[in-house]
Amino acid sequence: MALDSMEEIFEKMEEGKKPFWQVVLDTDVEERQVTAEASFEKMRTNWRAMLEAVDTYRGERRSVSGLVGGDGAKMADYREKGETLSGDYLSEVIQTALCTGESNACMRKIVAAPTAGACGVLPAVLIPLYRRGAEEDEIVRALYVAAGIGAVIGYRACIAGASGGCQAEIGSASAMAAGALTALRGGGAEQIGHAVAMALKNLMGLVCDPVAGLVEVPCVKRNVIGAVNAASCADMALAGIESRVPVDQVIDCMGDVGRRMPVEFRETALGGLAATPFGQAVKKQMNRRNR
Amino acid sequence: MLDIFEILGPVMVGPSSSHTAGAVRIGRMARTLLGGEPVRARIGLYGSFAETGQGHGTDKALAAGLLGLKPDDMKIPNSFDLAKQRGLKFSFEEARLRDAHPNTAVLEVERADGKVLTLQAASTGGGRIRVDRLNGVEVSFTGNFNTLVIRHKDIAGELADVTRELSNGRVNIANMSLCRDRRGGDALTVIETDQKVPRVVRQLIGELRGVEGLTYYEKEGD
Repeated sequence: MALDSMEEIFEKMEEGKKPFWQVVLDTDVEERQVTAEASFEKMRTNWRAMLEAVDTYRGERRSVSGLVGGDGAKMADYREKGETLSGDYLSEVIQTALCTGESNACMRKIVAAPTAGACGVLPAVLIPLYRRGAEEDEIVRALYVAAGIGAVIGYRACIAGASGGCQAEIGSASAMAAGALTALRGGGAEQIGHAVAMALKNLMGLVCDPVAGLVEVPCVKRNVIGAVNAASCADMALAGIESRVPVDQVIDCMGDVGRRMPVEFRETALGGLAATPFGQAVKKQMNRRNR
Repeated sequence: MLDIFEILGPVMVGPSSSHTAGAVRIGRMARTLLGGEPVRARIGLYGSFAETGQGHGTDKALAAGLLGLKPDDMKIPNSFDLAKQRGLKFSFEEARLRDAHPNTAVLEVERADGKVLTLQAASTGGGRIRVDRLNGVEVSFTGNFNTLVIRHKDIAGELADVTRELSNGRVNIANMSLCRDRRGGDALTVIETDQKVPRVVRQLIGELRGVEGLTYYEKEGD
């Protein structure tokens, strides 16, 4: 048993009459030779760490460069006024993505999902549902769905910015979150597949161009687009909207685009926003400070 | 296949799974293979580790790992102070390497009794690491398994003797590699196992004819 393609997971679901999360859990039990309870509790630990990162967020903290911090608090204040365009759930998604991304940049404890740079996407879509009454066990099962999707993407394509650009980090996180949300809302195998495919397609080609090489600008706010994209793709899939390109082909394609992406756009901080006059100035400033 | 908890996880101190969490693991790996508290460490940074390491806390993370901290320890940002308290002297420099992974560190660590170990390791993404060189010999292992590193003479039957002891101890081999510097010279065998290798089995292997040294890395529990 392995998590090598989405198609394979769907077949296992069909064969064993099991939900997606169960197939992933069973695979983990088999692979690591642990009990189902031990695996589930480990995943619960991840979930609680995601919650803790947001609960202990403080708007006063700043990152190493000073470029990042305080935006989660600004979003929270803005939401208080009740005038957001994006509505109650989505605006909390935005706030949670910012809080988690900023916590990461400020050397706080987060959960890499699939990387630290993309750590805000999954908690951003799940925590607001938890605050609205979703059961913890339900959320933990959704995390298995996300992990299974991430394992397939990692196996067939890549999940590191250095390998495939931001599409491999935020794109993968968004696909994981879209699938998790779809499953959480009762979507079946096909709908999960469409949600993943759409989320990944929407962010395809996104470059990794961190200013001064730091996981700060534009990384924190890219977590927002990853999360909002996940919510919209899950909604589309649950509405019965389909991805024309099959999900495994989309994943392979993302890997291919990543491999062909110029090295300047793969975390080297040599291109994109990192190469703008602003980006260069920050880099110079950081170099001076280090000396 | 990928461990799902490597995809969703680790729980870690930010900001970068490769530059921070992976760096902590590299430090810990050096400490474990050294087999005790390091008192001195010379740390070479290569590629992106050298370029953007400070902004990512790679330096603090490596020191934290040498002190035995785990990637989720909130003391990582203060590891330099901690090192001072614990009597670990360390220095950083740029490493000159050829064809190395862009996130590579080279560590030379020393124990109070004078034992020295050198290690070259790469942070391969998502907090995963790979040891590429150990005491000058090319190796390849990740720390995702229990790992035996055996230095022995290049003589016929050596590997059979080692694997027999593992078999007797009911230890299953997951991956294995053997490299030698020249025919009849020194050889290095790396064996990754599913089960922990009991102390008595390690002792028996250590006493085998031809075995010159044995280092053991036990996979970290949950």
